[in-house]
Amino acid sequence: MTEAVPSYLSPTGQEIVFLLLGAVAVGSALLVVTTRQLVHAALWLVVCFGALAGGYLVLTAEFVAWVQVLIYVGAVVVLMLFGIMLTRAPIGRSADLDSGNRLLAALVAVATAAILVTVVIDGFRTAYTPLTPGRGAAKELGASVFATWVLPFEALSVLLLAALIGAIVLSRTDIPGGAPPEPDTAPRPPQNASPAAPRPHNASPAAPQAPQNASPAGPRPHNASPAAPQAPQNASPAGPRPHNASATAPQAPQDTSPTAPQAPQNASPPQSASPPQSTSSSVRPNGTSPPEQTVDDTPPDRAVDDTPPEQSGGH
Amino acid sequence: MTTFPLLAVLLPFIAACAGLLLSRLPHNNTRTSGRIDLPHDSTATSGRTSLPHDSTATSGRIDLPHDSTATSGRTSLPHDSTATSGRIDLPHDSTATSGRTSLPRNSTPTYGRDKAHTRAAWIAILPTAAAAILTIWLAWKPGLAYFSGTATPPTGQTYGTIVTGGLPISLTLQADALSSVIGVLVTLVALAVQVYSVGYLEDDPRYPSYSAFISLFTSAMLLVVYAGDLLVLYVGWEIMGLCSYLLIGHWWEDRGNSRAAVKAFLVTRLGDVGFLFGIFVLGTAAGSFRVSEVLARVPEMSAATLVTATMLLLAGVAGKSAQVPLHTWLPDAMAGPTPISALIHAATMVAAGIFIVARLFPAFAAARPTLDVLAVIAALGMLGAALAALAQDDLKRVLAYSTVSQLAYMAGGLAAGSDTAAVFHLLTHGAFKALLFLCAGAVIHHVGSNLMTQMGGLRRELPVTFVTMTIGFAALMGIPPASGFFSKDGVLLAMDGALSSGGLTDAAAFFLYGCALATVAVTGAYATRAWLRTFFGEARAVALPEPEPGTAHVVDVREAPRTMLVPVILLAAPALLLGFAGEPHVELGVAAVSVLLAALGAGAVYAFWRLDPVADPARLLGPLRAPCERAFYVDTLYAALFVRPVLALARLVVRTDDVVVDGAVRGSGKSARGLSGMLRLAQNGNVQLYVSGVLAGVLLIAVGAVVFT
Amino acid sequence: MHIVYPAVVSALLFSIGVYGVLARRNTILVLMSVELMLNAVNLNLVAFDVWLGDRLHSGQVLTLFVIVIAAAEVGLGLAIVLALFRNRRTVDIDHLRDLAEPPEEAPQTRPTRVRLQSTPEPAHPDHEHDGQGATVKRGGGPL
Repeated sequence: MTEAVPSYLSPTGQEIVFLLLGAVAVGSALLVVTTRQLVHAALWLVVCFGALAGGYLVLTAEFVAWVQVLIYVGAVVVLMLFGIMLTRAPIGRSADLDSGNRLLAALVAVATAAILVTVVIDGFRTAYTPLTPGRGAAKELGASVFATWVLPFEALSVLLLAALIGAIVLSRTDIPGGAPPEPDTAPRPPQNASPAAPRPHNASPAAPQAPQNASPAGPRPHNASPAAPQAPQNASPAGPRPHNASATAPQAPQDTSPTAPQAPQNASPPQSASPPQSTSSSVRPNGTSPPEQTVDDTPPDRAVDDTPPEQSGGH
Repeated sequence: MTTFPLLAVLLPFIAACAGLLLSRLPHNNTRTSGRIDLPHDSTATSGRTSLPHDSTATSGRIDLPHDSTATSGRTSLPHDSTATSGRIDLPHDSTATSGRTSLPRNSTPTYGRDKAHTRAAWIAILPTAAAAILTIWLAWKPGLAYFSGTATPPTGQTYGTIVTGGLPISLTLQADALSSVIGVLVTLVALAVQVYSVGYLEDDPRYPSYSAFISLFTSAMLLVVYAGDLLVLYVGWEIMGLCSYLLIGHWWEDRGNSRAAVKAFLVTRLGDVGFLFGIFVLGTAAGSFRVSEVLARVPEMSAATLVTATMLLLAGVAGKSAQVPLHTWLPDAMAGPTPISALIHAATMVAAGIFIVARLFPAFAAARPTLDVLAVIAALGMLGAALAALAQDDLKRVLAYSTVSQLAYMAGGLAAGSDTAAVFHLLTHGAFKALLFLCAGAVIHHVGSNLMTQMGGLRRELPVTFVTMTIGFAALMGIPPASGFFSKDGVLLAMDGALSSGGLTDAAAFFLYGCALATVAVTGAYATRAWLRTFFGEARAVALPEPEPGTAHVVDVREAPRTMLVPVILLAAPALLLGFAGEPHVELGVAAVSVLLAALGAGAVYAFWRLDPVADPARLLGPLRAPCERAFYVDTLYAALFVRPVLALARLVVRTDDVVVDGAVRGSGKSARGLSGMLRLAQNGNVQLYVSGVLAGVLLIAVGAVVFT
Repeated sequence: MHIVYPAVVSALLFSIGVYGVLARRNTILVLMSVELMLNAVNLNLVAFDVWLGDRLHSGQVLTLFVIVIAAAEVGLGLAIVLALFRNRRTVDIDHLRDLAEPPEEAPQTRPTRVRLQSTPEPAHPDHEHDGQGATVKRGGGPL
């Protein structure tokens, strides 16, 4: 490889093509990090990845190139676009895509580039290899993957599974412990519009029966209920233990269940502030107090309805 | 017999230890007594229905008495709440408001406290009495020999030697002629005071510790008296200072009392520093701290050494004996209970300074400049203090200045070269001044005030006290049959002799003698004034307000309790007759002059008093009266010269500490905070900034690794 | 083919990715920049695999793995971003400053303490005249 390094001044056609593709990749990458429109950034990313895939082709890594196109251009960028969409990013120009420490970032980036380029040029000035087509074909690579690298490959599948589950857990808010408790009351109202609002159902049943459940800021339904001596159903949850409550509960659910189904749709927007998901979700599996029992019927369906976008995001 | 000095010292010491230890015990008792005292209150207001001894004594609940006082509408709250702070003055309340109903003293149902007090009293009195018997035994022959001039070998023994690396300290206790005489004085006065205190401080919850302190004081004084080694003597000397401090501040609830205690402590300490260094100079010059060896080496010492040593010793003497530059603490020390004034500040402790000079008299006699200084100090002190005594309104302060004056007499006698005359006057003065103080205590106990303007006409109410105090005043004035006449005559005779013998420089001797004669007249004047204003004229008993803490109690008895009267009567005998003990040799000329002068002073005061019995005869001083009353502004001068500069310096130090030292500390803390605040700006929560920092660091390291390897 | 060409291209891409990670405010853009950096690494892996002529194709296989891992990472990252958005209504990294020290606690507490001390003292006599024990007590509490 070190023998007879051809001159840099007389590039071969492969080199010219690669350099052109590289210029495209670098240019589009620059646009990705400098453009003022989010969606454009994603699209420039597509260009960059495509150019890189071309570069892989030139470097005789055909399989990697097609995987690149499939996964990166096909999946990752689409995922990014979904993310942009779900975070309600503005379509079009937005002025504040760059943070304050832009200069410092540029400095660090230029320094990085300078050092890396210097080192690379210094280290590999004499490195040259002739390109022989077919070395990166699917057959060869497949043989290698499933013979030598089969164990990492299997491990990777487990990793993917874990990532899938993790993404689901992170994005679904109706899983116990999955979503963080709501810190603020402010973000709630708009959340109803977003697909990630399965919560309100828990709160809703309490609303029609006992307004005092919603009024005290006491987040736990148990705490709120003692304030309502007139409602026997509510008095039972005063004992926070689900077992106690369940003894008195059975009559109540039948009474309240007819009203409950309508309640979610009607009442969910205003009540969403009061009950945090963590407590409600922790109560729900026990199925104790009358309000929550009615909840039990609805949320699973709703949750299934809501989650698909995020699950697709998982993979 | 040789162990008697040790026993005499140890007995009161053990008594003091036992008393102090046991004084912790009766706290329950004092509290119960406080509880039991309270019903007096209610009974006084409710017209003395019945003394609820049994009910409250057995009830044992503190709520009940509180209720009673609360309903009686009298705000005796401070007393209630000060069950821990001592002095429960409730009997005052009852008597003051109920118009001196005479609650019989014996019926005071202070069973619990009585028990503790009785125990403490026995613990205090018995060892003191035993020590008194021992000292009398010791003094039987040598004591008389002292005044007749025949020397007897000291009895005593050495109990070991402390090797210090330099001069060894020999633990010697011995009784020679001088020591045994003074020892008798100390123990007898202490015994009288102990007995007297039983009655005087009957209501005081801190009586046990008080009596223990007196025992400790007695022990220390006996240690001073019997010490055969200067450093051992110094130990006793300092313990006395401590006891003085503790006892002056006995009623420390009043800030003035504790201030007086601190003042006494500091002023005497000032003199003690000189005293200690005087001991060092004398000891190193003599090569030993043993008194006998020091005195034996005196002829070999250089004059400079002797003068230095005696001058330094003189500082201690002036401090302890309240001589002129350092006398200011003694009048203030009257803040203590009256028996303490009698014991410490009249009869014994202040006499320790005179005793030291007498003890080391050969050394002083060989240092003539010191004697001159002593003469001048004594002359100034005796006349000035006598004039101050003439102008005071506080009976105890009169006696205090009188003490300063009489001590100056002794110092003058010593300066004149007659230690026997001085010691004789010390003895008689100890007797009659203790008598006077104890009588004054009885008077104060009766009247409830120290001020003579509130006394008067007491000779009918207090006949015993009147008679005894008359004896005391007679002795103080030097009226012939009383002891003071003989001793004062001896001192004057010595001063007269000093004019011609040449022990002093002529000017000093003349000054001393003149002042002494003048003082005789002034002494007669102030003694007569105090006597007249206390016992004659109209009774000025007024409805007394709540007495200050620190003054004595008001009791409604015709006469003081027996425990107070017995010591007074017993002390009156020596005060009257002690003059005949020491083979009196009366020179008719001097005696006639002194009696004449005393009569002159007394007559002048009497004449002024006759003119207007209500007014103060002190007005005969004319324009001098104000300076005399303020004791010639010495305190003011000291305050201006020393106290204020020191306070200013202290404030400066405090401010320096606050601004500079603390400022440096605070400044460093603040600067650290400021710097960290600047660093904290970087920690603004922006993750990208952090990552930028990390990457920049990595790059730097990479560049460094490339460049420097 | 000179290996320097892909190496330099990948170095530039990586630096651009660094810039994006450090300078972009939107979290999704940061994720994109991370993808850029990963791709730079991939390019390097492929290039050096070609240069070394590895029979096991370790470079290219590793590239595949990296691509897979990058996909998983993007999925998880987007899930996190969405959770974030749901809770904070923003995906701007600038606004996520929970790592910062709570700003200036001391100056905030000090004035309040001083105020607590100063106000009850003048208020004391009035309250005592009124005989309102509760307010006096409340005023005395911080003292």
